[in-house]
Amino acid sequence: MIVVENVSKNFTLHNQGGIVLPVITGASLAVAAGQCVGLAGSSGAGKSTLMRMIWGNYRTDSGRILVGGTDIARAEPRQIIALRRTTLGHVSQFLRVVPRVPAIDVVAEPLLTQGTAPDVARARAAALLTRLNIPEHLWSLSPTTFSGGEQQRVNIARGFIHPWPALLLDEPTASLDAGNREVVLTLIEEAKARGAAILGIFHDEGARTRVCDRLVDVSRFAVAA
Amino acid sequence: MTPQTPLLSVRGITRNYGARIGCADVSFDLWPGEVMGIVGESGSGKSTLLSCIAGHLTPDTGSLIYDTRADGPRDVLAMPEPERRMLGRTDWAFVHQNPRDGLRMGVSAGGNVGERLMAVGARHYGDIRAQATDWLERVEIDAGRIDDRPRQFSGGMQQRLQIARNLVTAPRLIFMDEPTGGLDVSVQARLLDLLRGLVRQMGLSAVIVTHDLAVVRLLADRIMVMKDGRVVEAGLTDQVLDDPQHAYTQLLVSSVLQV
Repeated sequence: MIVVENVSKNFTLHNQGGIVLPVITGASLAVAAGQCVGLAGSSGAGKSTLMRMIWGNYRTDSGRILVGGTDIARAEPRQIIALRRTTLGHVSQFLRVVPRVPAIDVVAEPLLTQGTAPDVARARAAALLTRLNIPEHLWSLSPTTFSGGEQQRVNIARGFIHPWPALLLDEPTASLDAGNREVVLTLIEEAKARGAAILGIFHDEGARTRVCDRLVDVSRFAVAA
Repeated sequence: MTPQTPLLSVRGITRNYGARIGCADVSFDLWPGEVMGIVGESGSGKSTLLSCIAGHLTPDTGSLIYDTRADGPRDVLAMPEPERRMLGRTDWAFVHQNPRDGLRMGVSAGGNVGERLMAVGARHYGDIRAQATDWLERVEIDAGRIDDRPRQFSGGMQQRLQIARNLVTAPRLIFMDEPTGGLDVSVQARLLDLLRGLVRQMGLSAVIVTHDLAVVRLLADRIMVMKDGRVVEAGLTDQVLDDPQHAYTQLLVSSVLQV
């Protein structure tokens, strides 16, 4: 479902004397449906960079990144937008939302953009928020006012509201307490069971051993400084 | 699912002001349902480009192929004037930065919305008023204000009224020039949410000119970065903002103040 073939990535910093920083070279990996693969490697090894290249917000200089048959390294913006709408999901560490939009609508939004009826979308959002222990009196408030852990859970609810066949998870259990961590790990297991291909970054070792079928050490692809 | 014909194909649009470049050789395709942002600093040519595309300025060269409802793709620049004006009243909409440029300040709120309906042939007073009321509510203006003039509205309300006036004829393409420009941030957030909802519900395509990178990140699917009249970089919004390739875009992105 997710195939990365021999990709490389440089950063060119034009405003710092045009310095070129090679970060990844010759990276390859594959995630089959129903599998969860963890990206490992020390901080700065390029885990997040590789994940952003797959999400498409970082450009890929060479190689191919196939998700559901679309080559993200070469796709037009509208193809990537269509892919993200239906095929490729993402839980990032950052919540970027229009201020003042209620949490429940933030969570329901991916379904709304697919044309799901608003009441159906909100009901699904409510079910997920309940599962993730976000108290109901917060649903009508904007998540910009929430604590770090609550924002993280809103992000997770948004990432699991649609059964994306491919899912990218960037530290989904960071800043969560034991109870909520358990809920998230169960959500990941359920997604695997329905056949999602999941690629994740987990610093939490317990979580990694529990949900990951395999680890890929990204430092193999890092360019020696 | 993905459409095969762009709604609008812009090819080689150039407009000079004497010896100075307004915008030079700009080309892009806008697909149905897509929102494109044009960013750049003052004087980068983004407003000139928008005016050329929207028909407020005549470009020196280039073509604008629009996928019309009736006859499919046609060059708008080669259309007879009446046909082009009809397009501007029905299928296209333009939201100005200053609501005063897009509204009739001496006419009631309901009249402002109704006027555009009458321009396309609506004559039944009851129907026009009902539609105007419906649209005021959709843009979150209390229907009780229908007979008030825009002069008595706040800046944010005026901007929402301008949007209602523009969308009442169910256009397919909307041009916006700094739509959140003169508004304070809390009003801006509400307007952004409203615009996002309308774009989604109506399947609108939009071209938005702004210098505010936070606004484009939330509204636009794709962006074009302009400098000195030329497009220096274009692509998926989060890709251009998170991994800018051109020196100017890198400067622009790194110059945003953090709150």
